[in-house]
Amino acid sequence: MERTTLDLWVGLFIAAGIGAMLVLALKVGNFSLNGSSTYQVYAYFDNIGGLKTRAPIKSAGVVVGRVGSIALDTNKYKAKVTLNIDKRYQFSKDTTASILTSGLLGEQYIGLDTGADDEMLKAGDTITITQSAVVLEKLIGQFIFNKAGSGNHK
Amino acid sequence: MLDLVRNLGHKTVNAIWRLGYAGKFFFLTLISSGTSFRRIHLIVREVYYTGVRSLIIIVVSGLFVGMVLGLQGYETLQRYGSSSALGVMVALALVRELGPVVSALLFASRAGSAITAEIGLMKATEQLSAMEMMAVDPISRVVAPRFWSGVFSLPLLTAIFNAMGIFGGYLIGVVLIGVDEGSFWSQMQAGVDFRDDIMNGVIKSLVFGIAVTLIAVFEGYDSPPTAEGVSGATTRTVVTSSLVILVLDFVLTSFMFRGA
Repeated sequence: MERTTLDLWVGLFIAAGIGAMLVLALKVGNFSLNGSSTYQVYAYFDNIGGLKTRAPIKSAGVVVGRVGSIALDTNKYKAKVTLNIDKRYQFSKDTTASILTSGLLGEQYIGLDTGADDEMLKAGDTITITQSAVVLEKLIGQFIFNKAGSGNHK
Repeated sequence: MLDLVRNLGHKTVNAIWRLGYAGKFFFLTLISSGTSFRRIHLIVREVYYTGVRSLIIIVVSGLFVGMVLGLQGYETLQRYGSSSALGVMVALALVRELGPVVSALLFASRAGSAITAEIGLMKATEQLSAMEMMAVDPISRVVAPRFWSGVFSLPLLTAIFNAMGIFGGYLIGVVLIGVDEGSFWSQMQAGVDFRDDIMNGVIKSLVFGIAVTLIAVFEGYDSPPTAEGVSGATTRTVVTSSLVILVLDFVLTSFMFRGA
């Protein structure tokens, strides 16, 4: 069997196709070999609002991890959120986790504000201080209630 | 009136007959493809004619589809002040739908019609019968290599189409309009999932590759051995495979992306 220019073209074609596939996987998609490079901590929220799995976890605006899973804990009737945090970042035991919104109508994410404790969060720990998502309807309801209350004082 | 009914019945019976024959033909192709895998240079040669020769049309149309997506997406997104989501919009539209479908349509009209015309002409000039006389099975020598080359080429072409389209969207969005480059790529990476979006697109293009090349080789093999017969078969290849691609796309999409 001899080599022909036709084989060269087919080889180039296959290389281009595989290259395009790699570009799609690495540059466009989020194909990464993680799993070992993150550690999991848990947090309970009264209300997660519109938080989705794979939402970013940010600290000081920097993405430090992603939301792993969200489930309803039927013992406490609170939302149990699994946080996959990058191993490079350590947070103190008294870290506050709050659900925030980027922009007025943007996606929701978890913000971490570290505390003063010397001890750090380990894998499997639970963040005790949490702040739930702001639900717009409740906020408006409260506002109207306050307005009505202040009106009576006059 | 009676003629009309008789005609309709005849056409229906004929269509079902052909469908059954196509099924038998597909089975025969699969069974006799072992020989063509042992003689890999036959497939390589066909990959050159179906895949490499389609590269230019795929690259150019991918680039322009991506550029149009960039322009239109920016127009719509900036109304809601979320032009930074341009990257994820372009990438999802391409990877999920436009990439597999448009490349399959182009492939059907560029390579599928050529396959049908080639096999049809071989039949019309009695080359297929001559092969049978020499105890060479035309299905394993002519049909199977073309079938496998199409199944193999279309996913690669689709990947190239997608990459070019995203590059086109990048050209328009980031270079020309000036969307922030960081948010273009990072939103894209956050929004496109490797398994759910990219792999499903690859599966789609694999299914389209099987459907398009099967229709092409079958129409060629089944064409009446005349000049009109071959030209009619070529037209039928393009029309049938375009319809099949669009219907299959709907079916596959409703299976894959039913919304989480």
